[in-house]
Amino acid sequence: MSTHAGGVPEPYGRPGGPPPPERPTLPVREPVNYLNVSYGIKSWLLTVDHKRIALLYMFSITVMFAIGGIFATLIRLELLTPPGDMVQSETYNKLFTMHGVVMVFFFLIPSIPATLGNFLIPIMIGAKDLAFPRINLLSWYIYIAGAAFTMYAMIAGGVDTGWTFYVPYSTHYSNTHVIATGLGIFITGFSSILTGLNFIVTIHKMRAPGLTWWRLPLFVWAHYATSLIMILGTPVIAVTVLMVALENGLHLGIFDPALGGDPILFQHLFWFYSHPAVYIMILPAMGVISELVQGMSRKQIFGYSFIAISSLAIAMLGFLVWGHHMFVSGQSTYLGLVFSGISFLVAIPSAVKVFNWTATLYKGSISLDTPMLYALGFIGLFTIGGLTGLFLASLGLDVHLTDTYFIVAHFHYIMVGGAIMGYLGGLHYWWPKITGRLYPETWGRVSAIIVFFGFNLTFGPQFILGYLGMPRRYHYYPPEFQILHVMSSAGASILALGYLLPLVYFTWSMRYGPRASANPWDARGLEWEIPSPPPTENFVGQPVVTARTYEYGSEEGTTVV
Amino acid sequence: MSSPSETPVAVHHPALRHHFDTMATQKDSSLLGMWVFIAQEIMFFGGMLAAYAIYRNVYYDAFAAGSHHLDVKLGTVNTAVLICSSLTMALGVHAAALGKRKATVLFLLLTIALGSVFLGIKVVEYADKFHHDLVPGPRYSAEGLHGPHGEALTADTARHSELFFALYFGLTGLHALHMIIGVPIIAIMAWKAGHGRFGPGYYTPVEVTGLYWHFVDIVWIFLFPLLYLIPHHA
Repeated sequence: MSTHAGGVPEPYGRPGGPPPPERPTLPVREPVNYLNVSYGIKSWLLTVDHKRIALLYMFSITVMFAIGGIFATLIRLELLTPPGDMVQSETYNKLFTMHGVVMVFFFLIPSIPATLGNFLIPIMIGAKDLAFPRINLLSWYIYIAGAAFTMYAMIAGGVDTGWTFYVPYSTHYSNTHVIATGLGIFITGFSSILTGLNFIVTIHKMRAPGLTWWRLPLFVWAHYATSLIMILGTPVIAVTVLMVALENGLHLGIFDPALGGDPILFQHLFWFYSHPAVYIMILPAMGVISELVQGMSRKQIFGYSFIAISSLAIAMLGFLVWGHHMFVSGQSTYLGLVFSGISFLVAIPSAVKVFNWTATLYKGSISLDTPMLYALGFIGLFTIGGLTGLFLASLGLDVHLTDTYFIVAHFHYIMVGGAIMGYLGGLHYWWPKITGRLYPETWGRVSAIIVFFGFNLTFGPQFILGYLGMPRRYHYYPPEFQILHVMSSAGASILALGYLLPLVYFTWSMRYGPRASANPWDARGLEWEIPSPPPTENFVGQPVVTARTYEYGSEEGTTVV
Repeated sequence: MSSPSETPVAVHHPALRHHFDTMATQKDSSLLGMWVFIAQEIMFFGGMLAAYAIYRNVYYDAFAAGSHHLDVKLGTVNTAVLICSSLTMALGVHAAALGKRKATVLFLLLTIALGSVFLGIKVVEYADKFHHDLVPGPRYSAEGLHGPHGEALTADTARHSELFFALYFGLTGLHALHMIIGVPIIAIMAWKAGHGRFGPGYYTPVEVTGLYWHFVDIVWIFLFPLLYLIPHHA
């Protein structure tokens, strides 16, 4: 079952050769690439090309991001004034629940791996496709099926448990559609598992000759670590929501104290996945930032092996810290001490990355184009998010800060300030490769700056709100908190503008953007040695790698035979 | 999709997919893929086994009473049946590797037959639980239960025994579901083998199916003592 169009002419001569000459504006026949090799809805819905599947994912998660964003907008609107005047408690509960569910499970978790990872990993390792192209397509259909279940639950009445589905909210006191939402998450989990499986096998078995582990791009290392979490964590949430659904439908008693069950067991099982899931969101973004920082400062990355190993260290430690979400749940204090200690350890590999990115900038030829602005934004915001994480990892302080806006601000600094900044930065960096078109640089910079300031205005005040004692998940509050809430809502509208701008100019550039050369950033890496957009099988010959990816100053990092 | 510039592959096998260079890489990838999938499965069962470990530790008497009600004889027979099915599966893979078409089909069909016997016995066991109102839910009743030495259960133990049966149905149900998925896959393999799709150069699907089947078998090897033999361990 080959999607390769027979007899593809060599698009720009030998890949890896000199960049193609400036394209004349006269109408010339475009070289065959993965976008124009075939047309029609069927050629997309039945494709097994990893690049097309990446675009299918990109479209789907953008829709989900918009839906999650609408819920966020309604939340911020309600919080403009102290009384609960726009929605009632129950509606508000549903709003923040659906915001969390959609953003976490249907946007953040698939965001970078399923789009940029899907597109770039085979190219970066010199392969024609992922190891299992049909399973890759299947994972997208599974994702859509899961999203459909959750959408159904949303339209049919919504869920008001919070995205954490804590029992007994999700069992005894749930009169809404927990089962359908749970099934949606259960199903989507398998799409994540299949993506991780595909990545692991591909990275192990399909690297080009000469591409040893220590020559891999750091983006690939980050995705390898992410895939390990997807494989080992996701099944646990799957079986957990299955148990909640059964408990809900059949009253099994596993989490019901009346029958001897333990609600805390649910929290353990839930966070066993959901804490590592945070690293599913942030590790790929870290991989993107590693690429951006070296590409935009045109310098060999500092401390390559430390960054690579720190990804694996984060993945491993991530499985041992789940109890820091449960300091006030009544778990043993000694257990809390151990979880607190290990949580502090996670700061080490995270800081290793931040220091190495910063050191890479030293004496680099820094260009402040859009991807770099996002990368710098990421480093700053991730540092704030990470350091406030240490506040929450401290047993004593957490008792004061738990379930306040402080934690809301903290995880948004990691998920929005980290993961989404990484996603947008990577999207700008590889946009010319993906579409073969350049986006308008000025607008890109403007939007990056708007996102940065809008973000800080939205979530910065929430640290103060939380410290002063504003609990999360309330739709009314004492009037003295209003000024901070108004700042936050104002920031959210600026942030929304920052997110809408790329949507507009990316769409514009797909049709009207100037044509991109094979290597518009003059960066290193196999993906920059093939045409933009790449042909269906990526490489015409078999690339052979002779050095580490980031060899600036030397001739070429790779050769193609 | 080999182009003239590529290094010539010894034999361009029709089963070689476009994005792989050699059959060996393709086979290695498929096998690694199944191993990674099995790792995922271990964590899937692991979540429920964690619940089992905790509640068995806290409510040992209830678990012993529930376990005592299970039919050890049927469980033992089923264990033997499943181990035999793993043997026939392994023989099927071996026959496929040697290119023995008839033997492959025969062994795969035997595997299906043994798997079906296992599921049949499971149905008999489940029917017994329904009959004695031991299915968790509104109708659950511990009246038919008693301790390993015939003693009556305290009210608390009777109440907690429902947890045992919830986990019994959860774990064996998930296991049976894996078998129900496995049987048609083996049937497809048998059909393909019968049509000569496999030979010494290409039998990866049979081998991958075999790995899956052995994994399902091993899960049962854990479930049998954990569920059936609780009162027997002291």
